[in-house]
Amino acid sequence: MHPQRKQRLNLILFLVAAVAIAVGLAMYSLSQNINLFQTPTQIAAGEVAPGVTIRAGGLVVDGSVERDPEGLGVTFRVTDGQAQVPMVYEGILPDLFREGQGIVALGQLNHDGVFVASEVLAKHDENYMPPEVQDALEIAQQDGKASMVEAAGATNG
Amino acid sequence: MSINPLFWPELGQLALILSLVMAALQVVIPLVGVQRGQWWLMGYARPLAVGQALFLMLSLVMLTWGFLQDDFSVAYVAANSNSQLPTPFKISAVWGAHEGSLLLWVTMLGLWGVAVALLSRSLPLDMVARVLSIMGMISVGFILFTIETSNPFERLLPSPPQDGGDLNPLLQDFGLIVHPPTLYMGYVGLSVAFAFALAALMSGRLDAAWARWSRPWTTAAWIFLTIGIALGSWWAYYELGWGGWWFWDPVENASLMPWLVATALLHSLAVTEKRGLFKSWTVLLAIFAFSLSLLGTFLVRSGVLTSVHAFASDPERGVFILALLGICVGGSLLLYALKAPTVASVGRYELVSRETFLLLNNLVLMVMALAVLTGTLYPLVYDFMGLGKLSVGAAWFNAMFVPLTVALSVLMGIGAMVRWKSDKWSRMATILWIAGITAVVFALGVSLVLSGTVKGGVLLGLAISAWLIVATLADVWKKSRGQIGRIAGLGWSYLGMVLAHVGVGITIIGVTMVANYSIEKSVRIAPGQVETLGDYQFEFVQAGTIQGPNYTSQATRFNVLKDGRVIEVLTAEKRRYHARNSIMTEAAIDASLWRDIYVSMGEPLAGGAWGMRLQVKPFMRWVWLGAIFMSLGGLLAVLDKRYRKQRHSGAKVAAKAQGAAS
Repeated sequence: MHPQRKQRLNLILFLVAAVAIAVGLAMYSLSQNINLFQTPTQIAAGEVAPGVTIRAGGLVVDGSVERDPEGLGVTFRVTDGQAQVPMVYEGILPDLFREGQGIVALGQLNHDGVFVASEVLAKHDENYMPPEVQDALEIAQQDGKASMVEAAGATNG
Repeated sequence: MSINPLFWPELGQLALILSLVMAALQVVIPLVGVQRGQWWLMGYARPLAVGQALFLMLSLVMLTWGFLQDDFSVAYVAANSNSQLPTPFKISAVWGAHEGSLLLWVTMLGLWGVAVALLSRSLPLDMVARVLSIMGMISVGFILFTIETSNPFERLLPSPPQDGGDLNPLLQDFGLIVHPPTLYMGYVGLSVAFAFALAALMSGRLDAAWARWSRPWTTAAWIFLTIGIALGSWWAYYELGWGGWWFWDPVENASLMPWLVATALLHSLAVTEKRGLFKSWTVLLAIFAFSLSLLGTFLVRSGVLTSVHAFASDPERGVFILALLGICVGGSLLLYALKAPTVASVGRYELVSRETFLLLNNLVLMVMALAVLTGTLYPLVYDFMGLGKLSVGAAWFNAMFVPLTVALSVLMGIGAMVRWKSDKWSRMATILWIAGITAVVFALGVSLVLSGTVKGGVLLGLAISAWLIVATLADVWKKSRGQIGRIAGLGWSYLGMVLAHVGVGITIIGVTMVANYSIEKSVRIAPGQVETLGDYQFEFVQAGTIQGPNYTSQATRFNVLKDGRVIEVLTAEKRRYHARNSIMTEAAIDASLWRDIYVSMGEPLAGGAWGMRLQVKPFMRWVWLGAIFMSLGGLLAVLDKRYRKQRHSGAKVAAKAQGAAS
C-alpha cells in the first residue's frame, strides 16, 4: 500500500475507533442520566423504589397545599384521579403552581412513601398540561375508576 | 388614497398567494433555462426572487397593520393581541405564535433570495439560476405550508370578539422582539449554503470557486445564529426568573444543533476553498446544517419536540412538516448519493497540517451535534416505542460537552497556527509551550486567589480558555513580527478568526466561573430584614404595587450592601397580566462585567414576608460577551477584501461568458 494511503487509513481507523468509544461512553452515561416519569398510581402501587430519582406528577389536589410557617417548606399531594402521592418541597415554587394545576416534579421517594421534590415544574401557560400528566390522567381514566372531572371534584372534599 | 381597512387580511393573503406563484416560477423558469442553455430564461431568476420577496413583505406588512389596528376579526390577531398591549409588542406579536412566525420565516427566506440575487454578480448566470431555483423550491414548500395549514389571515366572521386574548406575557419583552427574527435569519440563511451546495452538485462544479462563493453566505447565516442563540439565552436568564441561562431544553437544543454543524461547515469550507479537499464532506455538512435548522424551526413550532401530543392535536401540520422535511432531506441526499461519488478531492496533506486539525475540529463539532440530537430525540423515541416517558437530565449534556469542549479548544489553539499541507511541531513548539505554561499558571492562580482551593472543573475551564486565547494571540504576534502596525495587514479574514476564537475562550471563562462560583439562596424574608449572601447583604426595604400599561405588579425593593454601603437598589416584580390573568416574574438584576446580582420573587407568605431567590453570579456577562466577539469575528471575515475584489473581477468573467453564449 502507498505509504500516504496507509497513513490516511490509519488516521481513519483511529477516528472510527475514537468515535465508537465516544458513542459507547455517551450511551452508557445516557442510561445513567435519564429520569423516568412515574404516575401517582404506579407510585402508590409500590412500583418505585425509594431513593431513585424519578419524575412524578399530576394535578395538585385542592386543599392539600400546606406551607411551613417558618421557612420555605411546602407539602402537597398530587393525583391522577386514582391515587394520591404526598410531596414535600423546600424552595421557590413556579408562578403557575396552584391547586388544580398539573405539575411535574423531579425528586426521590423516601421510605415513608413521601416524594421529596428537588425541582417543581409548571409551565408558563395556564392552559398547558404537562404531557406526562395528561397521559397519567388518561390512563387512570381508562381504568374506569374515575374520570378526570370526577377526580377534580373528588379532591375538593 | 388609503386601503379599506376591512380588506387588509384579504390583501395580505392575496400577496401571499402571489408570492407562491412567483416562487413557483422561480423554480421552473431558471431551471428550464439551465437545461436548454438559454440565458434569457436564466435571467428571470433574479427579478422573480425580488418579486417573491416583495409580495411576502407586503403580506407581512398587512399582518402587522392588522395588529396595529386591533383587527380582532382575524383569528391570529385575536388570539395574540389585545387593545391594551403596548405598540412595540403589537408588532412583535406578529411573530409571537405559529402562523405569524412562519410568515416571518418565509419572508426572510425571500429576503435572503434577494440578497443572493443582488450580490451575485461574480457568479456565472447558470449558477445563480440554479441557486435561486433551489431557494424557490424551499419557498414553494413553506409558503404552501403557511397557506394550507397555518394561514395567519383567517377571519373570525361574522362575530369577531370584542378584544383579543393577548400576547403570552412571557413574550412581552424586548428580548422576544429581537430574538426570534435574529434566530430565523440564521436558520433561513443556511438555506443559501444549502442551495449553493446543491447547485454545485447539480452542475458538477464542486470546486474552490464554489467554496469561495459559499463562504461569506454561510458565515453571514452563522453570525445571525450566534447572536440569536445568545439573545435567547440572555432572555431566558432575565425573564424566566430562575437565573439559569441554558437549560438543555429541546427548544434550545434545536437551535444549538444547526449552529454546531454550521460552525463545522465554515471550517470545512475553508479547506475546500484553500486546498480543494473535503468537497463531499462540505456538501454533506451544508445539507445537514439546513436540515437541522428545518428540524429546529418546525418541530419546535409545531410542538413535536416538547410534546408528542401536539403532533396528534394537529395531524395536518405534522404530516405536512414531515413530508417537507422528507422531501428536502431525502431529495438532497439522493442528489448527493448520485453525484458525490464523481467528485474527487485531489491534494495531499501530512498528519501535522491544518487540514488534519480542521478535520478533527469537524469531527468534534459533529460529535457534539450528535450528542445534542441524541439527548433531544431519545425521550421521543422512547415514548414512541411505548417504553414510557423520561427526560434526559442536564447533567448528561454537561458530561458530554465538557470533554468535547476541552478537545475542541486544544485543537483550535493549534489549528489556527499550523500550516497547510505539512508543518513541523518544532516550528510551533515555543508558542505552544508558552501557551500551555501560561494557561496552567493562570488557571492555578485564579482559582487559588478566588477560592483558596483548587477545583478540577475550574482549573480545566480556565486552563483551556487561557490556552486558546494565548495561543491565538501569540500567533498574531508572531505573524505581525511583534509590530502593532502590521496587524491590520494580516487580513480581515484572519483577524476575524482571531476574534472569534478569542470569543470562544471568553465564553468558556464565563461558563466556568458562573457554573462553579455562583451562589444562591432561597429565603423567607419580611420587610426590614437582612440576608447575607457571599460578600453582599440584601436588605428588604419595602413591598408595594406598580401599575403597568396592561398589568399590575407586586414589587419588592431591596438595598444591596457591600461592606456596609448601599451599592445598588433593586426592584423585583411579580406581574399579573390582566388579559390572560397570568403571572410573570420580573427579576431585578445588577449587571456588571465581573458579577451579576440577581433578585427574583417567589410567592407571598404569611406576615408580609416573601419567598425570594437571591443570587450572585460571577462573570455571567462573559458568556454572552464571547458570543459578541464571535459574531464580530464573523462580520470581519464576511467583509474580507477578497470577496469584494472577486465580485468585481468575477463580473467581467460572467459578462464574457454571457456574451459568448448569446
